[in-house]
Amino acid sequence: MANAKRITLDRRKVVARVLRDRGDALLITGLGAPSFDAMAAGDSLNNFYVWSGMGSAVPFGLGLACAQPGRRVLTVTGDGEMLMGLGSLATVAVQRPANFAVVVIDNQRYGETGGQLTHTEFGVDIPAMAKGAGFREVATVYTNAELEEAVPLILKGEGPVFVTVKVRPEPAKIVLPPRDGPMMRHRFRANLLGEG
Amino acid sequence: MAQAKAKAKPKSRAKAGAARHWTADIFDVLKRHNLKQVAYVPDTGQAPLIEACIRDNEIRAIPLTTEEEGIGVLAGAHLGGEEGALLLQSSGIGNCINMLGVPIECRMPLLMIVTMRGEWGEFNPWQLPMSQGTQAALEAVGVIVLRADSAERVGETVAAAAKMAFDAGRVVAVLIGQRVVGHKNWDR
Amino acid sequence: MAGRKAKAEELQRGAAVAAILKRRGDALVVTGIGNAVHDVAASGDVAENFYLSGIMGGAAMVGMGLALARPDRRVLVITGDGEMLAGIGSLATIGVEKVPNLAIVVIDNRAYAATGMQATHTARGVDLAGIAKASGFNHAVAVSDAAGLRAVVDDAYEKPGPYFAVLRVKSEGSPRVRVPADGTFTARRFRRALLGDEMNP
Ligand SMILES: Cc1ncc(C[n+]2csc(CCOP(=O)(O)OP(=O)(O)O)c2C)c(N)n1
Ligand SMILES: [Mg+2]
Repeated sequence: MANAKRITLDRRKVVARVLRDRGDALLITGLGAPSFDAMAAGDSLNNFYVWSGMGSAVPFGLGLACAQPGRRVLTVTGDGEMLMGLGSLATVAVQRPANFAVVVIDNQRYGETGGQLTHTEFGVDIPAMAKGAGFREVATVYTNAELEEAVPLILKGEGPVFVTVKVRPEPAKIVLPPRDGPMMRHRFRANLLGEG
Repeated sequence: MAQAKAKAKPKSRAKAGAARHWTADIFDVLKRHNLKQVAYVPDTGQAPLIEACIRDNEIRAIPLTTEEEGIGVLAGAHLGGEEGALLLQSSGIGNCINMLGVPIECRMPLLMIVTMRGEWGEFNPWQLPMSQGTQAALEAVGVIVLRADSAERVGETVAAAAKMAFDAGRVVAVLIGQRVVGHKNWDR
Repeated sequence: MAGRKAKAEELQRGAAVAAILKRRGDALVVTGIGNAVHDVAASGDVAENFYLSGIMGGAAMVGMGLALARPDRRVLVITGDGEMLAGIGSLATIGVEKVPNLAIVVIDNRAYAATGMQATHTARGVDLAGIAKASGFNHAVAVSDAAGLRAVVDDAYEKPGPYFAVLRVKSEGSPRVRVPADGTFTARRFRRALLGDEMNP
């Protein structure tokens, strides 16, 4: 089912590729490995790493996208984190933010807790759920060629956009992002809003 | 459900010389009470227990998208004549509070095995608020809370909790201290 | 906004649920909070009904746990669109377990009738049957007329599950039917009927 196609992509390279052309896009990352991936691609004042609140990365991005309609907003998160906040897909679809894209780095595992299989390993199709919820653009990426097609959709396509990228299960080396919440909040807002 | 690819190797965290990992003591209690449905959102500390449940032929190991689902699953199991347990990390307690009204109002048995994150030696400050409020939140809605803060006490504490849950018909949570679980290894 | 202007729905929720329950035989029924409780109880407050009267988002999971415990019985979850949305992840959990004897029927009035008819997400195009299909349900349909309902009346009991049906009904609530509010009572009554168990904790 879910494994009908071979999974060959490396999560680090995928996230680095998506972020390479991000310009001034704002980025929210879900807890754990997706945050490490984004950090490995280079820290940015336009990044906010969510370290807890499993299931909150998409609603976090939604609020930001609605507050900043002139900016591209990305949420990059894991399949486990996404599964815990599935209802938020319906909530995004109701608001239909054109500037918002969700990227799920789907290793079909709860990587941080020991690699237990997630629902996507058993055929649960989160992009199809996003479609059912009413996302405008939905894609599943297995290959580099598909990734190249998806990147413009993620960075410029009329949203809400939802892209799952299937990646190999091996965990990548931990690259710790900042975890001081007040500092991150301050630097993110100062950079975005020019507030002291 | 058969999680075919689940690794069978027990976690190396068990101290040298101590032949048994504390999760094995929990597993024995689950088997002694003939539990049939074990629902979980994974936590590193309980990984060997989850793996043992997946491997066991009589237990159906049920992965959840969010912890509160497990409260419902086990209420339904009880209605149908089976019992079970919910395995979760303390952060998941926040997701469960409202749903706990079902077993509490219906006086159904429920056993929750909760591994703590955000206390002893925690390095991630974002884990602290929920963990510091975990016991208070559970008690505020009427859950009986027992705690084990050393590996040797885990087995007897879970055994006691299981009796209170399944024999006395109450909702009981066992909090297993982060001291038992160990620090998270961030230098992978 | 997509789906904003729905077709004129013919289905009336009370009659639709009555038609489904008329065929229930020995099926076990779990209802979600809200007017689904009244719809089900209107066909008779029997011991094989369990009303999840106080909590939103749990009905599908209670149904799943019950169906897994009693593979010999059909289990029907009857709930509203708002309640289903509150536990939407449980569709994925059911999709993984592939529970063959479980059917979920969502009474979709596109509103939170119990709290004053505020629009739910399904009023804005969210397709619950599509989400169920994506979650791995064996069958997932949405019906809005008498012919569609007739198919659901059979399929909810006969199709290998997990089975999911959305009944698009008139946007309204239901006449109130009193059911026992005491969960301890309904849970024990249910277990006694099902298990013959007088002495359970
Ligand atoms: C409410 C809650 N439950 C459980 C956890 C434990 N937990 C932390 S990270 C994680 C796995 C995340 O998996 P995924 O989003 O797929 O990321 P991956 O590491 O696989 O890329 C879990 C279960 C948590 N932090 N919060
Ligand atoms: Mg993952």
